[in-house]
Amino acid sequence: MIYVNRLNKHFQDSHVLNEVSITFDPHITYAIIGSSGSGKSTLLRCLNGLETPTSGVIKIDDVDIFASKDNLAKARSNMGMVFQSFNLFEHKTAIENVMFALIKVKQHTKEEAFKIASQALDKVGLSHRYNNYPHQLSGGEKQRVSIARTLAMSPQLVLFDEPTSALDPEMTIEVLKVIKALVKDGLKCILVTHEMTFAKEVADMIVYMDQGKILEVTPSDDFFTQPQTLRAQQFLSHTQFKGETQ
Amino acid sequence: MNIDFTRIIPRIPYLLEGVQVTLMIALVAALIGSVLGFTIALITSKKGPLGKLLFLFVDFFRGTPLYFQLFFYHYGLPQVIPGFLPTAYHSAFVIFSINSAAYLSEIFRAGIQSIDKGQIEAAKALNISTWDIVVGIIIPIGAKNVLPAIINEFITLIKETSVAAVISVNEIMRRHTIVAGTTFRAFESLIIVGLIYYTITKTLSILGKIVERKLRYDLR
Repeated sequence: MIYVNRLNKHFQDSHVLNEVSITFDPHITYAIIGSSGSGKSTLLRCLNGLETPTSGVIKIDDVDIFASKDNLAKARSNMGMVFQSFNLFEHKTAIENVMFALIKVKQHTKEEAFKIASQALDKVGLSHRYNNYPHQLSGGEKQRVSIARTLAMSPQLVLFDEPTSALDPEMTIEVLKVIKALVKDGLKCILVTHEMTFAKEVADMIVYMDQGKILEVTPSDDFFTQPQTLRAQQFLSHTQFKGETQ
Repeated sequence: MNIDFTRIIPRIPYLLEGVQVTLMIALVAALIGSVLGFTIALITSKKGPLGKLLFLFVDFFRGTPLYFQLFFYHYGLPQVIPGFLPTAYHSAFVIFSINSAAYLSEIFRAGIQSIDKGQIEAAKALNISTWDIVVGIIIPIGAKNVLPAIINEFITLIKETSVAAVISVNEIMRRHTIVAGTTFRAFESLIIVGLIYYTITKTLSILGKIVERKLRYDLR
């Protein structure tokens, strides 16, 4: 279980996270939604220590992730992250991108790392792209390499930070398809997304955030049919979500 | 016009021996300066009191002439530090190293800042150690971005070693002074010296271009 207790984050004079408390069950997939600037990405980035909260505690089971470097490393070893801007290592080919952490962190030999990396790339449909550099890949392909890079480390949980926000509609569908298939295969994740239909389909629970606060944590089916808060109702009507599935 | 190379030609080997000295000072300064400069760059690109102190140090060495720095170390310090009597080579090695560290640290700092933070975050999220991030990501990407500036700095360094003549280091310019003084053929000697310097720097810049082409993964 991931326990988030009274998390606050200030950036200069803006209060991005305001007394956020929530418990994430690792057996359930969550989607964090809300308008831009609601603090959803910041919350996600705090979970693996890319952002250090101004105050508050994050514990994974009994381990306080900010108490020591070892604790944070332990947390990160079980948690993968996929970014909006892909963040592939620009000087490495697709396969090298996936192999790098396998060799440096998991201490695999080159041969083992290549095997694991190629399986991961095959899984996201990129078996023909091993030796291409990031600048030779489309946005959708880049994001799929980045997903493969994360999966290859066999994390228990993957954090997706707006994985399709930098993609055009066609590539968005391509990447969402991959994520959906992975979730169907049993991958657990916490995703921050603006794709409402996708959130409804993939997530068991919806976390709705507004102005640095969590307003509701509601099972997905209920959230989209009868959100509890007025703010969430407004949000859904503004995003013109009609409850249809693709 | 009175140009006569006959008296200079026998002195050419003597002038050429200065190339060794010039290159040795430049090489030592480039090596020590790179290591020192990179360390300074890593520290100053993070916020902290040590970074501010080092920045002041860098600023001082960039803000005063090399000529002054050599004189200060070689003739100034011995007056106030009892028993400190550096040889000309000692002074040249120390000052050229520190001076190029100061310039290189600024280049390296720009290189580090040119790296997209997202890639470093991705590496952190993958639990890659700081050491492996520096060696495996920051250095290779940064090197590509700053290589032209570094080559440029090395060329400047080679040219500036000529200043070491003022503390009697036996490099090319110092040898020229001696040759011109004994033969009274300054013009001819200078032509040779100019050709020597130009050959060295041109070779280096061609080598630099070759290395640069190898590092440009974005052109593959």
